[in-house]
Amino acid sequence: MGLADNKAAIAAQNVSKVFRGAGQEAVAALDNVSLTINQNEFFTLLGPSGCGKTTLLRLIAGFEFPTDGHIYLYGEDIALLPAYKRPVNTVFQNYALFPHMTVAQNIAFGLEMLGKPKAEIDARVLAMLKLVRMEELSGRKTSQISGGQQQRVALARALAPKPKVLLLDEPLSALDYKLRKEMQIELKRLQTETGITFIFVTHDQEEALTMSDRIAVMSKGKVLQVGTPHEIYDHPAERFVANFIGETNFLKGEIVSSAKGVPRVKLEAGPTISADAPRGGQPAGKVTVVLRPEQATLVPAGKGELQGVVDNVVFFGTDTHFHVRLADGSMFMTRQQNSGANAGGPKAGDKAGIQLAANAARILKD
Amino acid sequence: MAEPVSKAAEIALASQKNAARRHQLLAMPSLLIITLFGIGPLLVILVYSFLKAAPYGGVEWKFSTDAYLNFLFQRDIFDDTLQFSPDYLFIYLRSVIFAVVTTAVCLIIGFPTAYFMATRPPEQRSWWVLLITIPFWSNLLVRTLAIMFIIRDEGVINTVLMNWHVIDKPITMLYTNFAIVLGLLYSYLPFMVLPLYSSLEKLDFRLVEAGFDLYADKRRVLWRIIIPLAKPGIVAGCLLVLIPAIGAYVTPLILGGGLHLMIGDLIAQQFGSGRNWPLGAAQALILMAAVMVALFFYVRNSSGKMHHE
Repeated sequence: MGLADNKAAIAAQNVSKVFRGAGQEAVAALDNVSLTINQNEFFTLLGPSGCGKTTLLRLIAGFEFPTDGHIYLYGEDIALLPAYKRPVNTVFQNYALFPHMTVAQNIAFGLEMLGKPKAEIDARVLAMLKLVRMEELSGRKTSQISGGQQQRVALARALAPKPKVLLLDEPLSALDYKLRKEMQIELKRLQTETGITFIFVTHDQEEALTMSDRIAVMSKGKVLQVGTPHEIYDHPAERFVANFIGETNFLKGEIVSSAKGVPRVKLEAGPTISADAPRGGQPAGKVTVVLRPEQATLVPAGKGELQGVVDNVVFFGTDTHFHVRLADGSMFMTRQQNSGANAGGPKAGDKAGIQLAANAARILKD
Repeated sequence: MAEPVSKAAEIALASQKNAARRHQLLAMPSLLIITLFGIGPLLVILVYSFLKAAPYGGVEWKFSTDAYLNFLFQRDIFDDTLQFSPDYLFIYLRSVIFAVVTTAVCLIIGFPTAYFMATRPPEQRSWWVLLITIPFWSNLLVRTLAIMFIIRDEGVINTVLMNWHVIDKPITMLYTNFAIVLGLLYSYLPFMVLPLYSSLEKLDFRLVEAGFDLYADKRRVLWRIIIPLAKPGIVAGCLLVLIPAIGAYVTPLILGGGLHLMIGDLIAQQFGSGRNWPLGAAQALILMAAVMVALFFYVRNSSGKMHHE
């Protein structure tokens, strides 16, 4: 499989982690996970809480050890190496800055522990302060700076020893919306500037889509799909992925023909449409077809492929969501951009047609 | 501010004042007890220390600084000249050394204990705290006598060792310095463990993980992260052990057999067989003053450091 390939920054091979509490049933936090993370990649582990993404990160950091499997760092098996011997640093969810040290002392800590000479430490701390734009606050105690500033210090502290891989455990979750947006751009800049492999853990799909080179979607201790944000969004392999990333319409149907490798699906809501087959599979029989809300346009009744009655209209500023009840009783959501001129669109109770974009429907691998 | 204060602001201010007054009332009972039974007797001691000793105990109401002079000097019986005599100072020094050794050993034993307790699952921790307080369930005198029965020549330890032929003569432990420190250690260990536990329990163990993550091994995580963060507990524990240990009375008396006089014994003697109440009062005050001065410098030093950092 070439997982131990030297090019890979991190390669996890059949990693399992079982937690055994006293007198409790064993819980498998990770179930036979294999992953390859490339050098200089911004890689995101995405999933709901309890999916095992933080456990995987802690295994790579060395705070926990796998029950089974191997973890390679540039070809070297580090699965059982203690945390302080791994050239990997972590940005913790609540930053975990040392409260008895100043900003500069926090950043210097890792370098000091590595036994670097004083002059080198001072120069590196200064460079890090500059990188995260915190020069003025170097002498402050960490309790005397704001949440956003603490976040920057945590980043500088973790980047200072030049780790081979930087692990980020939901570092933005404690920030407010605006600051979070700023830090997303900042993180991407830092990753490009330092050229360090970032492994980022989040439950926020939007965060994952904006920043990542590649995303691994996880659920219940398993990796469901790995791919670029585009692949994950446009070609979700499973129902969970389609549902978790973005908003999706699920349409039930049955395959009627597969001429020229393009399956035709007879939808329960009426029409027969063409839909992409999932990668590496030729589905047959009853299937579920997914379609993103922005790939369907609301048209006057009688036109378009699908027919229904508008159930609900929700205004979002930049766009408006129309929830339409189809002939089979299922709900279909479309998203229309607001141009300012279309204030007189359909209202709840109006009949409407739905025009589907070409080549947008995908069949799920059920 | 010449602006008229609005009605609402006025009411808010008044209710704030009311609240402050109520909070003062809440402190009244303890203030009353401290004044009546703490500061009152101290004043009596202060006054007594400047009076003349009556021949059969008690005091004569005549001003005198003899008590303080007697602390450092001895009056020659024949020509009434004062000669420097450091006997009492040595006793003080010995007490301080015993107390410091006790505190150090308490810290060395207490820290791992407290760390162990603080790292148990939360639902188990209160049980461990309860276990630590078990010695308080019986009287100090009884506990000290029990130690005596364990360490004396015919005691449990010597009997067992002799039966196993590890030794053929009993090791003398009772009435030695070792016995005194052992007794003090046993009496004051909980006062070290409890404050240490309370500050270690609050320790954010993610900081420990952060230390490991930043290449610190176990030893350096302990010295650079855990100990500095547990400092308030260490300081509180050391004070709670050191101060009472300096003035300890029962333990050195019973386990030291009166052979090694300590401050507590010394002061008690002045009020008993010594029949020199002013000297006893002066000795007590000198001890208190010394502890207060040491504390003052310590607190000023450590708070100054915090500001500089």
